[in-house]
Amino acid sequence: MAVDNNTVKQVAFLARLKVEDSKVEQTKDEFNKILNWVEQLNEVNTENVEPLVSVNDTTLPLREDDVTDGNLKTEILKNAPMQEFGYFAVPKVVE
Amino acid sequence: MTYTIKTEKNEWEIVCGLEIHCQIISKSKIFSGASTEFGDDANENVSFIDAGMPGMLPVLNKECVRQAVKTGLGLNAQINKHSVFSRKNYFYADQPNGYQITQYEYPIVGKGNVKIDLSDGTSKNIGITRIHIEQDAAKSIHDLNPKKTYVDFNRAGVGLMEIVTEPDFRSPEEAGAFLKKLRSIVRYLGTCDGNMDEGSMRCDASISVRLKGEQGLRERAEVKNVNSVKFAMQAIESEAKRQVEVYEQGGTIEQQTCRFDQATGQTKFMRKKEYADDYRYFPEPDLPPLDLTDEYIENIRAQMVELPDAKKERFMRDFNLTAYDADLLTESRETADFFEKAAKGHDGKKVANWILGDFFARLNADKLTLEQSPIKPEMIGQLVDLITNNTISGKIAKDVFALMFETGQSPIKIVEEKGLKQVTDSSQIEKIVDEVIASNADNLAAYKSGKTNLFGWFVGQVMKASKGSANPQMVNQLLKDKLDK
Repeated sequence: MAVDNNTVKQVAFLARLKVEDSKVEQTKDEFNKILNWVEQLNEVNTENVEPLVSVNDTTLPLREDDVTDGNLKTEILKNAPMQEFGYFAVPKVVE
Repeated sequence: MTYTIKTEKNEWEIVCGLEIHCQIISKSKIFSGASTEFGDDANENVSFIDAGMPGMLPVLNKECVRQAVKTGLGLNAQINKHSVFSRKNYFYADQPNGYQITQYEYPIVGKGNVKIDLSDGTSKNIGITRIHIEQDAAKSIHDLNPKKTYVDFNRAGVGLMEIVTEPDFRSPEEAGAFLKKLRSIVRYLGTCDGNMDEGSMRCDASISVRLKGEQGLRERAEVKNVNSVKFAMQAIESEAKRQVEVYEQGGTIEQQTCRFDQATGQTKFMRKKEYADDYRYFPEPDLPPLDLTDEYIENIRAQMVELPDAKKERFMRDFNLTAYDADLLTESRETADFFEKAAKGHDGKKVANWILGDFFARLNADKLTLEQSPIKPEMIGQLVDLITNNTISGKIAKDVFALMFETGQSPIKIVEEKGLKQVTDSSQIEKIVDEVIASNADNLAAYKSGKTNLFGWFVGQVMKASKGSANPQMVNQLLKDKLDK
């Protein structure tokens, strides 16, 4: 598997990262190096092997359904760049 | 019932599948201890986890798991003992983490099916593809400020069940019937309140069309966030018609996302699907897989309530109700419970007639809910008994019913106190009949000379003289005997 320059730009867009045009070529090569390295895994026969989701063999801890948190309005809004009437305010996002 | 869109040239059929987001009923959110209360002040019920603060870790709410399993069992579905949470990555103001925790390849519930009943008397099975659990996003408010969007995180992190169906719908009616059935089932189960207008149940519809008899599927459009059963049906119909028009004019449909405009009843193009759905799912590193035991699942199965289909069949069998009446009585659990209390030990069919007729009409007229009814269910059973055993006539029963509604008193008490008990003593009725005949010699003569339609007038006079308390059948019989003598 190899990625091209367009894929680099697309991945950068999805991750909201700015990659200068002059850096695209170099980033593509780095991507491909990583991918090639990981591709060694294809040499292993994984037939009938369940995907491994986590290397920690732990069970999922569950919580009781109780209200134990909240009422933190001031703290929650403290770092907001913009807030009005107790809401977070962001540039209009409706299409 | 086959539904098609006919044009001059062709006959088209609809292929539609639904995705329904149901907010899970739980006290706290799916991954945090903040309250799920609807309608509180903005951003009151938000924890640092819901706000996406760095370093905060989600902990799964066991009630949300139980509710999803319950819903799966209610939809006759396979419960997956092993399920996995995934990150769905996207950037939007309603999701501060930059991803939503959901389930992807390994959902908690697998294939199931739901039976829907259609207006032509036929039934159809709709396939359930899966149910997965995930967190809700924050609520965006676009209409308070012309340049800004306001975001309220109270909804962020509320548990959701996303229920996905197979593309089994061939008409708007089928989709509507399914949504109503699903709403009824989750309400019976108490797993979602089903209020589409408050957004606790939201529907997306995937719609494509194809020529009748054509195999395979064409490109589809997805209509997002429709918030009533009626709108869902309208959206499916208008989007299908739009696609037919495009095809007939030689155009093609691209896979796309639309929204439904309630004002015009039309679907509106939002975006092409090309890039929008590149969510780069990967297993959620903060949550190990969820493993359930057979014992856990069987425990929930053992506590399942009787669902609308089973209740409907039982009502038809035990109370001799029609399918239509049984349908109406089982649509909500509250109505079904009310009916059952009322019918217990009485004539179920007559009780059903009173509830679906006079009782519901009066509740509607007074804008009351079932819980606010001044009449207790047992009283309707008593009223039916009073009619069946001839204590009161059907006509007096209507008056008694009105008094029951106004005073909340039992019909037995009302009949006693107001002296409405029907007179069935034939000597007493005979006395009144004789008096009426004696004091109306002219009408008697007219009757005898052939004006037999005066019979009704005589009945009326006797009923009036008895203040409505005489048994009508006995009055009829006695009058007939005396007048035709």
